[in-house]
Amino acid sequence: MATYQLDITREHCPMTFVKTKIELAKLKAGDTLEVLLSEGEPLENVPRTSREQGYDVLGIEPAGDRIYKVIIQK
Amino acid sequence: MDFRADQIERYSRHILLQDIGVEGQEKISKGKVLVVGAGGLGAPVLLYLAAAGVGRLGVIDGDVVDLSNLQRQVIHFTPDVGKPKVLSAKEKIRQINPDVEVVTYQAFFTAENAFDIIGGYDFIVDGTDNFPVKFLINDACVLGGKAFSHGGILRFEGQTFTHLPGTACYRCAFHSPPPPDAVPTCSQAGVLGAIAGMLGTIQAAETLKFLTGTGDLLTDRLLSFQAKSMTFRTVALRRRRHCPVCGEHPVITALHEAEQAVCELKKNETYPFI
Repeated sequence: MATYQLDITREHCPMTFVKTKIELAKLKAGDTLEVLLSEGEPLENVPRTSREQGYDVLGIEPAGDRIYKVIIQK
Repeated sequence: MDFRADQIERYSRHILLQDIGVEGQEKISKGKVLVVGAGGLGAPVLLYLAAAGVGRLGVIDGDVVDLSNLQRQVIHFTPDVGKPKVLSAKEKIRQINPDVEVVTYQAFFTAENAFDIIGGYDFIVDGTDNFPVKFLINDACVLGGKAFSHGGILRFEGQTFTHLPGTACYRCAFHSPPPPDAVPTCSQAGVLGAIAGMLGTIQAAETLKFLTGTGDLLTDRLLSFQAKSMTFRTVALRRRRHCPVCGEHPVITALHEAEQAVCELKKNETYPFI
């Protein structure tokens, strides 16, 4: 069960979730991806869409100025 | 395969789809599709499959672009009049998506070249305008074990179904081409240009569903529409035990040259559209 990191703080919708999905596609089932993203649209949409597409969102934590870390498990 | 940054952006709307995703786009990018005919149906099929990033697009057509084609064959532009259709189509495909490998056959699809050509492809799209070649495509795909999309349009109407090995084929639905004297030519019948886009985009969607394994294909079902009333209907197709090509005792075991080479108008309900 490996953990990977992805920074999408510079991305905009829909590339935020596109980049997240591409990283998730490389993972094995059970691996986790820690996604750094900005508040607002990315924080609202990336966790929700991840759940909709069958991934588990294990947690959302503050990770700096208006930045959050979303932990997604494949 | 790893997509480049520009490919990730280009295909982002596919990658976002849960049923397609990165894996599905990879399948599209490795897909090999042959489009028979670069006319009314082939034009939208080729444009959408090129945009979707299909790895190899084969296009076979022996005609040159005619002014009367431009009303519906949207892959050809006014300056292309007189140019071979496969060349005109290739130029547009390259402009839409340089990732796509285009293989052109400036010829007509015949009993002699059918197997050689379809052998290199995963899926065949019938975009032809006459019954004999439609039956030839069917027979070649059934005998060659290939999946294909049938399509036909006329006036305000269109029809399509998808064949996979083991499902109903064109001859299960329509035994053989109608007699040549039963019907006038296509040019006399006319066709609403946009109908070609309606039907061709259905065929393109079926192709992408086939390549990605998404959803339920239009197998054992014939979809037809009448654009004047804008009504769509689906009728069940059944594989026939006595089908001359896919039945239990087939009488068609090799390809034969088309008996007639004119495009024809549906006059009797039992005839297919072209």
